[in-house]
Amino acid sequence: MPRIVAVIEREQVLHVARLARLRLNEAEVEKMAGELSGILEHVDRIGELELDDVPPTSHVVDLENVLRPDEPRPSWPRGDVLAQAPDPADGAFRVPAPRDED
Amino acid sequence: MAELLELSVAAATGKIAGGEISRAEYFDAWRDAAGGDELNAYLWRAEEDSAGGEGPLGGIPVAVKDLFCTEGVVTTAGSRILEGHRPLYTATAVRRLGEAGAGVLGKTNMDEFAMGSSNENSAYGPVLNPHDRGRVPGGSSGGSAAVVAGGLAPCAIGTDTGGSIRQPAALCGIVGLKPTYGAISRYGMIAFASSLDQCGPLTRDVTDAALLLEAMQGQDPCDSTSVGIEGGIRAPRGEDLSGLRFAVPAELAHDAIEPGVRAAFEATLKRIEELGGEIAETPLPHAEHGISAYYVIAPAEASSNLARYDGVRYGMRIENEGDVVEMYEATRAAGFGDEVKRRIMLGTYALSSGYYEAYYGRAQRVRTKIAADFAAAFDRFDFVVTPTSPSVAFGLGEKTDDPLAMYMNDFFTVPMSLAGIPAISIPAGRAEPEGGGPELPVGFQIAAPAFAEQGMLDAAYVLEQALDG
Repeated sequence: MPRIVAVIEREQVLHVARLARLRLNEAEVEKMAGELSGILEHVDRIGELELDDVPPTSHVVDLENVLRPDEPRPSWPRGDVLAQAPDPADGAFRVPAPRDED
Repeated sequence: MAELLELSVAAATGKIAGGEISRAEYFDAWRDAAGGDELNAYLWRAEEDSAGGEGPLGGIPVAVKDLFCTEGVVTTAGSRILEGHRPLYTATAVRRLGEAGAGVLGKTNMDEFAMGSSNENSAYGPVLNPHDRGRVPGGSSGGSAAVVAGGLAPCAIGTDTGGSIRQPAALCGIVGLKPTYGAISRYGMIAFASSLDQCGPLTRDVTDAALLLEAMQGQDPCDSTSVGIEGGIRAPRGEDLSGLRFAVPAELAHDAIEPGVRAAFEATLKRIEELGGEIAETPLPHAEHGISAYYVIAPAEASSNLARYDGVRYGMRIENEGDVVEMYEATRAAGFGDEVKRRIMLGTYALSSGYYEAYYGRAQRVRTKIAADFAAAFDRFDFVVTPTSPSVAFGLGEKTDDPLAMYMNDFFTVPMSLAGIPAISIPAGRAEPEGGGPELPVGFQIAAPAFAEQGMLDAAYVLEQALDG
């Protein structure tokens, strides 16, 4: 397990922002580095706990394999769905073209 | 007119069903009241009476947090990115209220995507606390708490991920209930942290909270994690608290709590003893790590849930000369506020390669420990009680520059959320804020084992009657 590093550097902020598809301006990058470091410094206290034999909890209610009847039903009308879109075209969602990446 | 607005929801349904007051008269009286909103608590208000049906809530207007999808009615989750968004369907909780005879009075302001404890993170401006307009109402269901406390709605619903119903209820001096995870369907609730989000009522008294909970709870095929409350919920009752055991976390003695809040809490414990309840300390050693675990788990889930806002299928889009990725980045940069960006960053970091086990994995293990602490307490006690919030309502702008200080507002409410258990906040005295000034409401939190809402409501009802007297 990697050692927890509380200080978030500028480069890490930019890397995480890219992963999150968030564009941050210069001021936001600086501010975010400081704020995330402060929050993670607090969070790092859980590093002191002995947790190796403790199972993780992802869900609190004891449920498994909840199934509903497999009955066909109509989908949302395509026009209604597309009416919510910023740029519908030809019965689909139009987006700017992806750039070729080599 | 004024007397109509004084009626509790339970009393009003009786008078409406008995023909003493007409549905339209009652609904319109509340529409007029809502129209006088000076707290920035509503984002949308009904233009006509929509409470058509018969049922246990026949004729009752309900204020609905803007996190719930309402078909054809603008639903923004307090975010710029969903400005003007009209959902194609209605959330199950809201639909069920309608089936019980209620109608939507308005959509209430909130922290953006339910991320916040002061309502200052709304893209549509902060909500003001009706007790002191220079102070926050709490959050994230700040609008729902403010409309009930401010006489702008007879009752409201909100959502609670780490305290977002209980804390604003406490700061506004009303009742707020977070049910057991799974009691009410999450279908149509705009997702923040899916393993924690739960819908619940904000009301003027405990009886009304029970009424709304019963209308909304139940299994829903559209939410596979919903199970409902077996046997349902009846009106709370009880004369005293004899035979009931209340646990106070032993660690509470060292926790940072405003002196006035601590005094009000201790006075309430005394009332519990006078009513025949037993009080003892019990250790909840991992509760203090609740904030750490929560501020990893909730942002991690949020970073995944909020990936859907990409300017493609709904909501706003910022077009530029760039490719599709640049469109995503520009749209999200312009559409999300500071706190949402902070949590997306925090969550993405915690889930990123190399850090997943150190943060998310460990936080999930802490979650197990916190749930085990509660389970051990409930072996010996019926309830765990704490102040709902470490402070009374604080000033607008007081904590906006310090995210961690803001997160500490959730100190007493987050552990129950992580354990998935129900908890209710009821008004219990008032206290002078730190730094002086007129006294403000204090909330008292009662937590119970999973699906033990009925016993929790009964105890809260007895205590409420005693504190009122």
